[in-house]
Amino acid sequence: MPNIREIKRRIKSVQSTAKVTRAMEMVAASKMRRAQERTIAARPYAEKMQHILADLAAQHRSGEEIHPLLEERPVNRVALIHITPDRGLCGGLIAIVNRSVASFILEQHVPVTVVVVGRKGRDFLVRSGQEVRAELTRLGDRPSIVDIQPIARIVIDDYTDGLIDEVYLSYTQFVTTMNQQPVLRRLLPIEPAAIEPGYNVEYIYEPSPDEVLEQLLPRFVEMGLYHVILESIASEQSARMVAMRNATDNASEIIDELTLTYNKARQEMITKELLDITGGAAALA
Amino acid sequence: MDKLKFEIVTAERVVYSDDVDIVIAPGIQGQMGILPSHAPILTMLRADELVVRKDGEETVMFVSGGFLEVMQNRVTVLADVAERVDEIDIARAEEAKSRAEERLKEHIPEMDLARAEAALRRSLMRLKIAERRRKKRPGSG
Repeated sequence: MPNIREIKRRIKSVQSTAKVTRAMEMVAASKMRRAQERTIAARPYAEKMQHILADLAAQHRSGEEIHPLLEERPVNRVALIHITPDRGLCGGLIAIVNRSVASFILEQHVPVTVVVVGRKGRDFLVRSGQEVRAELTRLGDRPSIVDIQPIARIVIDDYTDGLIDEVYLSYTQFVTTMNQQPVLRRLLPIEPAAIEPGYNVEYIYEPSPDEVLEQLLPRFVEMGLYHVILESIASEQSARMVAMRNATDNASEIIDELTLTYNKARQEMITKELLDITGGAAALA
Repeated sequence: MDKLKFEIVTAERVVYSDDVDIVIAPGIQGQMGILPSHAPILTMLRADELVVRKDGEETVMFVSGGFLEVMQNRVTVLADVAERVDEIDIARAEEAKSRAEERLKEHIPEMDLARAEAALRRSLMRLKIAERRRKKRPGSG
């Protein structure tokens, strides 16, 4: 028969674990909300940029030299920006992105250069012997666009120097709280969106369309990268929130079971003592 | 009278959004005043102050560069960094200024030189704007 004190101790330990997981769930929930707000706050800027870029690209006449960041060229080497969380305890999320990246790398017929954001992805790629061009870790939950500029600069420079011919992004898209999808999307060369009807205005460009484009494109890349990093953070936090909620639920189930066993054991002991007492009394009588 | 729908956004947030009478912006080719019915234009911006006036009241902002678009009485600024004058952190700007000056004294490659200069220009501009506004209206930020 299990020792009563032993059971009591286990209940206590599971209870304190549940306390921790519940706290983590709440922290993740608030961080997730904040990350979502930031994604939404970044939207007007991104949309405006899309419009301007579409307009500029439409102005381009064939025969003119095209900006390198827009130019499609034969692909001899691709780069991949792999965005992952710094920390674990977020369910299957990390495994899912890492797997999607691994199969991407295996599918390529050309060498792949990897730039990685987040510790978990870095560890994974280093362990599997992939050479890492650059890494950015400890970004925190609230990165500013300045924090991600170094990565954008490396990629843009490598791209303009012709070291890489295409750049892909790997990240997790926040679909719902319960659902995060690994996504692979091309970042470079940039494909300008088609002009929306009713938006084709003949702007006066100052100083000139080319110079505006020159300034706009790198920012566009930064913006794209910033956006998917925010998206990944929102996914990470929501995955963690769900994982921690499950952990808390499991803990309370275990506590229920243990309490039942405890009560049974206690009752048995009382019965046994009573029997002893009545037995003793009968022997004396 | 017509108003301009004015909005100034950065990658992180909407800094200011309102209907205004006039926008005075630091265009790359010189200061420009934008009134309603302005022709569509897309210009780059310098790091300087941007002023909007609404019903006689002025709001001053710092922009570190970016783009300004005018289209059908809508003025949109895509700024790299933008702050309203009362948000400028003077201590931080001072710090950034001395850091940039420090860096300019060292021997550094061209790329970093340009960045340090840009940083210096930004911090000086921030300080200038904050300073000027404080003199004009003592006690307000």
